[in-house]
Amino acid sequence: MHAPAAPEQKRARKRVIDSRPQLLALQAFVLLGFFMLWHVLTATGLLNPFFFATPLGVLERTAKDLATAAFYRHLGITFLETVLAFAIGTVAGIVIGFWFARAPLVSAVFDPYVKAANAVPRVVLAPIFALWLGLGIWSKVALGVSLTFFIVFFNVYQGVKEVSPVILANARMLGMNSRQLLRHVYLPSAMSWVFSSLHTAVGFALVGAVVGEYLGASAGLGYRIAQAEGVFDTVGVFSGMLVLTLFVIVIDSAVSAIESKLLRWRPQTSATVSTH
Amino acid sequence: MAATQAALSLQDVTCTFAGGYTAIDGASLDVAPGEFVSIVGPTGCGKSTFLNVAAGLLQPSSGRVHVFGDELNGLNPHAGYMFQSEALMPWKTARDNVAVGLEVRGTKRADALAQADAWLDRVGLGAFGDRYPHQMSGGMRKRAALAQTLILDPKIVLMDEPFSALDVQTRQLMENELLELWSADRKSVVFITHDLEEAIAMSDRVVILSAGPRARIIGEYKIDLPRPRDVAEIRMTDGFLDLHKAIWADLKDEVLKGYARTSRA
Ligand SMILES: Nc1ncnc2c1ncn2[C@@H]1O[C@H](COP(=O)(O)OP(=O)(O)OP(=O)(O)O)[C@@H](O)[C@H]1O
Ligand SMILES: [Mg+2]
Repeated sequence: MHAPAAPEQKRARKRVIDSRPQLLALQAFVLLGFFMLWHVLTATGLLNPFFFATPLGVLERTAKDLATAAFYRHLGITFLETVLAFAIGTVAGIVIGFWFARAPLVSAVFDPYVKAANAVPRVVLAPIFALWLGLGIWSKVALGVSLTFFIVFFNVYQGVKEVSPVILANARMLGMNSRQLLRHVYLPSAMSWVFSSLHTAVGFALVGAVVGEYLGASAGLGYRIAQAEGVFDTVGVFSGMLVLTLFVIVIDSAVSAIESKLLRWRPQTSATVSTH
Repeated sequence: MAATQAALSLQDVTCTFAGGYTAIDGASLDVAPGEFVSIVGPTGCGKSTFLNVAAGLLQPSSGRVHVFGDELNGLNPHAGYMFQSEALMPWKTARDNVAVGLEVRGTKRADALAQADAWLDRVGLGAFGDRYPHQMSGGMRKRAALAQTLILDPKIVLMDEPFSALDVQTRQLMENELLELWSADRKSVVFITHDLEEAIAMSDRVVILSAGPRARIIGEYKIDLPRPRDVAEIRMTDGFLDLHKAIWADLKDEVLKGYARTSRA
């Protein structure tokens, strides 16, 4: 009755690993093809290297940057801003999401304002934050928080509201008081929603940091790109984008690892991992 | 009155849902301490609704509920409830699901887990304590839910079609197991099923609900078959067959009525 379950799981996992080298090879092939095309087009002059840079130039610049200490200072600042924005936005989203979900009057009164606040394009807030908080990291953190908060908030709200009524009734029959319901039922349910939006939340924290830097800062990856743009250094711009991409990939896979560890109880987890 | 002695007493319970649908209309039921009562009725008649009232999860529109003589106000503190649909917490393993009731009542975690393991053994899930609900079959989840309910040693056990997801063999094993557990310390049991044979084989008394809307109790039958019983063997006895014939004659009309109503809708 139960024996088949385990081998089946193993087989599914094995199938993914088996196809993984092939998949990676194909993905690398696409990347290589893209660089080749770019190289050929710029080398033959069909695309002006001044506007489009050249792949070799970009790689060379990136390698050179990676060897300097200044680069890591910029990277570190962007990383710090991202982490702070994510942490503050997530904690605030969880606390306020819970509060709203458990206090129907509060959520009913504030509902239109929350929706309105979420509808504001965050980029227009960047100068305001810079005005309030200066050109240091905190104006970027604020921008990241303004993006991350709403994602987490809506997910926690949903997670608390959508707890199955039967599970709730069962938990109450088992003798849980409201504090225990919070710990054993509402929190796990809400956290599963938070984790399912983790990729988006981390991504938005980074977007907030980089856009903030881009619009006005003295350090960070976004600042470097803005600077390169200011002097028409397309190689620098593309190199900055390349670094940003690598950075996102690293952060995203770290999030995936955490997610699969913490959401082991969810049936979808294994499927999610395999598609990545 | 009987209300002072009965473990569970529902008087004149009527349930009208928002929207005006009356599921139960004036149903009364007394369950004595140690009595095993089954409620049988066509699908949708209001059996789960009735049980929710007994659990204190649902306030009846009118009527009163007494538990060991005390008027019920809020949740029924003496009742364990095994729900018809999935009620395990998906984020807890089978062991944690079974142990959590003890934990929230103040048992030390290590003790609670040890007792949970013993209960998992008893329902045949000894090797599956580390599984999450989604890693178990429907029948395994039912058995875990049974352990989760009984570990708290409630004086009144409310069971809503607990075994309908199981295959016939496992089901009979579980039925016998339940009877054995029950005879050891004689809890009051209210057992809902749509299977008349199961009801007769298990119970001291079978209560028949009419088809909804406005379901009423239309028959009560004392089942005086000898105990201890084996649910598989007792089905072959003459006493069983006579009872079955008599009750089925009453129930058939209601089933047809209920069926006609749902298929018209
Ligand atoms: N919250 C509700 N609001 C409105 N109607 C409801 C609600 N809950 C149940 N009902 C209705 O009350 C009737 C009885 O429902 P109930 O779940 O008690 O049936 P049941 O006898 O347990 O059926 P089954 O054997 O299929 O489990 C049904 O017609 C159902 O549609
Ligand atoms: Mg039901």
